[in-house]
Amino acid sequence: MSIRMASKRRTVALAAAGASLALILSACADTDDGGGSGDGGGSDAAAPALDCSVYEEFGDLEGKTVSVYTTIVEPEAETQVASYEPFEECTGVTVEYEASREMEAQLPVRVQAGNPPDIAILPQPGLLNTLVSQYDAVLPAPEQVEANVDEFWSEEWKEYGTVDGTFYAAPLGSNVKSYVWYSPSMFEEAGYEVPETWDDMMALTEEIASTNEGATRPWCAGVESGDATGWPGTDWIEDVVLRTAGPEVYDQWYQHEIPFNDPQIVEAWDTAGEILKNPDHVNGGLGGVDSIATAPWTDAGYPILDRSCWMHRAANFYATQWPEGTEVAPDGDVYAFYLPSMSTDERPTLVAGEFIGAFTDRPEVQAFQTYLSSPDWANAKAAATPAGGWVSANNALDPELLATDFDRLSAEILADPATVARFDASDLMPSEVGTGSFWAGITEWFASDASSQEVTDTIEESWPKN
Amino acid sequence: MDWFLSAGDDPVHKLLLMVIAIALFVVVMALILFVVDRRRNPSKWFIAGGFVGPALILLTLGLLLPAGGTIVNSFQNRNGSEFIGLDNYIRAFSEPAFLLVLGNTALWVLVAPLLATFIGLVYAVVVDRSRFEKFAKALVFLPMAISMVGASIIWRFVYEFKPASVEQTGLLNQLVVWLGGEPVQFLLERPGNTFLLMVVLIWIQTGFSMTLLSASIRAIPTDIVEAARLDGLSGFGMFWRITIPSIRPALVVVLTTIAMTTLKVFDIVRTMTAGRYGTSVVANEFYEQSFRQNNAGLGAALAVLLFVIVIPVIIYNVRQMRLAEEVR
Amino acid sequence: MSTTTPAVAPKAVPPPSGLQERARKAKKKLTSPWASMIAVVIALAWTVPTFGLLVTSFRPELDIRQSGWWTVFGDALAGEGVFSLRNYEAALFSRSTSLIDFFVNSFVITLPAVFIPITIALLAAYGFAWIDFKGRDILFVAVFALQIVPIQITLIPLLRAYVDTGINGTFWPIWLSHSMFALPLAIFLLHNFMRDIPKSLVEAARVDGAGHVKIFFQVILPLLVPAIAAFAIFQFLWVWNDLLVALVMGGTDTFPLTVRVAELAGSRGGDWHVLSAGAFISILVPLIVFLALQRYFVRGLLAGSVKG
Repeated sequence: MSIRMASKRRTVALAAAGASLALILSACADTDDGGGSGDGGGSDAAAPALDCSVYEEFGDLEGKTVSVYTTIVEPEAETQVASYEPFEECTGVTVEYEASREMEAQLPVRVQAGNPPDIAILPQPGLLNTLVSQYDAVLPAPEQVEANVDEFWSEEWKEYGTVDGTFYAAPLGSNVKSYVWYSPSMFEEAGYEVPETWDDMMALTEEIASTNEGATRPWCAGVESGDATGWPGTDWIEDVVLRTAGPEVYDQWYQHEIPFNDPQIVEAWDTAGEILKNPDHVNGGLGGVDSIATAPWTDAGYPILDRSCWMHRAANFYATQWPEGTEVAPDGDVYAFYLPSMSTDERPTLVAGEFIGAFTDRPEVQAFQTYLSSPDWANAKAAATPAGGWVSANNALDPELLATDFDRLSAEILADPATVARFDASDLMPSEVGTGSFWAGITEWFASDASSQEVTDTIEESWPKN
Repeated sequence: MDWFLSAGDDPVHKLLLMVIAIALFVVVMALILFVVDRRRNPSKWFIAGGFVGPALILLTLGLLLPAGGTIVNSFQNRNGSEFIGLDNYIRAFSEPAFLLVLGNTALWVLVAPLLATFIGLVYAVVVDRSRFEKFAKALVFLPMAISMVGASIIWRFVYEFKPASVEQTGLLNQLVVWLGGEPVQFLLERPGNTFLLMVVLIWIQTGFSMTLLSASIRAIPTDIVEAARLDGLSGFGMFWRITIPSIRPALVVVLTTIAMTTLKVFDIVRTMTAGRYGTSVVANEFYEQSFRQNNAGLGAALAVLLFVIVIPVIIYNVRQMRLAEEVR
Repeated sequence: MSTTTPAVAPKAVPPPSGLQERARKAKKKLTSPWASMIAVVIALAWTVPTFGLLVTSFRPELDIRQSGWWTVFGDALAGEGVFSLRNYEAALFSRSTSLIDFFVNSFVITLPAVFIPITIALLAAYGFAWIDFKGRDILFVAVFALQIVPIQITLIPLLRAYVDTGINGTFWPIWLSHSMFALPLAIFLLHNFMRDIPKSLVEAARVDGAGHVKIFFQVILPLLVPAIAAFAIFQFLWVWNDLLVALVMGGTDTFPLTVRVAELAGSRGGDWHVLSAGAFISILVPLIVFLALQRYFVRGLLAGSVKG
C-alpha cells in the first residue's frame, strides 16, 4: 500500500522464502521482485544515477509527503513504487502510493468531496477531460513539466494531456495496441510467414481457415472485461479505421467532424467483420462469433497455447497476461507481430497511455511531477521492471534498459519516424460514447446478428448533442 | 487529539481505538438514558426522544439529507452547476432500451424476493427438527458469507461457455453436454439470461429468508400444531393451513427486505453481463451514470426512480402493519 | 412472530410434555421421502457452486482455463497431480503488506460497526414499538422507507462532511457510516421482533412501577437475545464483506480484507485464479462466526419463555 510499509516488504519476502522455496525461485528467476535483493525494488538493476540538482530549485523538500492514487495494483505496483526511489533518495520526499481497481470511479468522488490525492495517474485522457471540464479540479502542469514534455515527447502526446488549449497532464507509460499475437513455432511448422500487409494477412487467414478442424480457427478474440466489457473490441475497430480510412479520417471520426456512422467507418467495421464476424475465421478454441462477446479478454489468446487458434490481436501489455511459464520471445511460445496495414510503407499504430494529473501545487508535488515527466523516471522504471511488459514513448528512454526483446520492439515502433501513432479513440470520445455506447455497440455486434450499419447508427444517436 | 483520530499502521493502537470508540458510545448512550430515566413526569416526547432520537439524528445526517440532495440533483445537469428541469427524467425515459430496463427491474423485484422467500421457507420446513438441521442450515447459509467478488467468480464457473469440441469449464454446460445437448451461451439468451442472473441473488438471499422464517416456525405454539393434527391435517395441509398463516408477518418482513435489496442490486448484473444483452436494471443504470459517465444529474434521476418504484412495497407494508396492529 | 388467524393459547406456559411429544411427531410426518428429496436438492444446489470454487482455488492456472473443476476427481484417482497451493501462495505472500494487517483492520472495523447500530436500533425499535407518542407510525414508515436509499448517493455528501471535520482516512468515518447505513433495516427487523413480545409482560412491569428504561433492560432485552444474535450475524457479514464504504471512507491504513482481495485480480483483472484463493481466505472468519453463533438460529427468535 503505502511506502511507509516498504520495510515490511522485506519481512514478507523472507516469510515467503520460508513458506515456499518454489515461489522464491520463480520470483528470482523471472520477476526479481526484491526477494533476493538487499534493498527492495529494482535498485540493484543498472538504473542510471539521478541528477539531484534538478530538484533543488523546488527548495528543501526533506520530510515532505506526496500522495499518489493509481489503478496500478500489485504486483505491478511494486515496480512503480521502486521507480520512485531515486527521487525519494534525492529529495527526502516520501511518496505515499495508493492503488485501487476502482480508482476511476473513486477519483471523481474524492475530488467532489474535497479530498483529492496530490497526484493521480490517470489511465486515459477521457478521465482528465472529465476532471477538468466538469469539476475544474486538475491544475495546469508547472513549467518544468511542460519543458520536459516539449523536449522528450512528440507533439501528439502533449496534445492528449491538453484540454481546451491548457496543458495539464504529462504522459507517463505508453501502450502499443497494434499487435497480433501468434505462436512462432506453429507458424514455422506450417510454413507460414508473418504477414506484411493486410491483404497478406487476409490470404493467410483464408489459408489457415481451409485447414479448420474442430474448434480451431485462424483467429481468437474476447471482449468480456467485467463492467468495461467491449473495450478490446473497440480497439480492433480503431485499428482497422486507421488502416482502411487513414489517420485523417480517424481524427475527424473521434472529434465527431464526421458522424460515427460515416460510410468510411461502416466500411472499417465491415472489414473487421470479415475476420471477426466470419464463423470460419473465429473464434479459435472459444466457440462461435458470439463467444467473442462473452470470452474474457484476459484469456482470449490462450487458445494459441493449445494450438486451437493461430492469431490474437491484443496490445503489448497482453505480454503479462500469458499464464505463468509462457515464454514471450521471437523463438518462444508466443510472440507478436505488428498488425499490418494496407501497404508496407505506412505504419499507422494505435497507442494508449497514462497521464499524470496534479490536484495540488505544493513544491514537493511539482518536483515529483517534474521527475515523473523526465527521462530519469522512464529509465528508472525500465530498470525497475525486470519482467518487462512496460514501455514509454519518452524519446530519451534508453531501449537497452528495457527488459525484453518484445518491449524493445514496442519502443522501436513508438520511436520510428514512419509510425503514425494515434491514441485510442474511445478514450478521446465523450464518455457517453467512448465508455458507453461504443462498448455496448461492439458487444452487441458480436452477440447478435446486428449489421455494422445498425450498430454504428445506434452509437451515432447516442453522441451527446451540443 | 491526533492520537484519538488516527492509529497509523500500528495494530495495537488500532485495537485500542476500537475499544475507546465502543466505550465512548456506551458512555454517551448511558448518559442519554440516565437523563431520560431521571426526569420526573417526563412527557412522552421526551422519553421517545431519548430512545428514538439518536437513530433519527444519524438517519437524517446519513441518509435523509443525501436523499434530499439527490432529489435536487435530479433536476440539475451533469455536474450540478445549473437547473435543467425535467430533462434528466425525459432523457431517462427516452433512452431506447429504457422500457426494457424498467421491465427487467419489475421482473427482478417480483420474482427474486418471492423465490428466495419461498425456497427459504420450504427448506426451513423440511429440515426443521431433523437430525441434520444445523448442518443443513449451514449449507444454505453459506452464500451469505461470501463477498460479491467471490460470488461473481463462483457463478462464472457455472455459466461459462466453451464450444462443443473442447472440454466444458462451466458446470451448467457440462450438464447440458452430459445430457446430450449442445453447449449454450447462457448469458446471451434472452430473456432467460435475466433469470439466470436472478438465480445468483436468490442463491445469496435464501439464507436470510431461511434463517428468519425457520425461527418463526419454531415460534408457532405447539398446541396449535397439535390441534391441527387432531383435525387430521398433515404434510402439505399443515404447511398451507397452519404454518403459512402463523408466520405471515414474518413472511411480509422477509419479502419486503429482500425486495428492497433486490431493487438496489447492481453488482450482479454489472460484473456478469455489464448490463448488456438486455439484462440491465435501473440500479445498474444509476451506477453507470453516476460513477462511470459521471453524470450526477441523470444518475440522481434514476435513483429517484428507485424511490418511486418502492412506494407500492411501502404501502403494502403499512397495510400489513395496520392489520397486525388490529390483531394485537 | 405474532400469530394471526389461529387462536392463541395461553403464552408463557409450556405445554404439557406429552402434547409436545405428539406435536413433534406431527411435524415429523412432514419429513416424508418427498421432503427429504427437496431438502437434498436445495442443499446440493446451494453448495455445489461454492464447492466448485473451493476445488478451483487449489488448481493450477492453466487447468482452470482448460477443464472443469469436476474433472479433478477422475484425474486424482488416475494418480495425476491435480492440486497446487500456488494460488494460495500468491494470495497470501506475493504482496508487500502482510495479510495480518488487513485482518486486523477488518476486525477493528467490524466490531463497532455491529455493536453501535444494533444498540441504537434496539432503542429506536423499542421506542417505536412500546412508547406511544404522536406521529410514531409516520416516523416509523419513514425510517423503514429509507432502506431504499442506495448508499452510493450518500458517498459524496458524507465524505465531504468527513473531510471538513478532518476525520477522513481514519476508522471513525467508517464506523459512523456503517452505523448510519445499517439503521433502517435493523430498526425494521428488531421492531418486528419486539412487537411479538406479549403486551401483558410489559404491562405487568409497568404496573410494578418500572419506567421505560427499566422495562427495556429488564424485560425486553433478555427476551430478544436470540433475535439480536441473529441480526448481529447478518450485520457482521455485511460489514465484513463490504468493499464500497471501506474504499471510499477509509485510507491505506484502514483498508480491510475485502479491499485486498479485490486487488488480487491484478491491475487488468486477469488473475482471478488468485482471487478464488483470496475469496476463500476471506470467508473463513464469517464461517467461524456463523458456526459459533448457530445455536441461536435453530430456535425461535425470542427467548424460550415467550412462546412454544
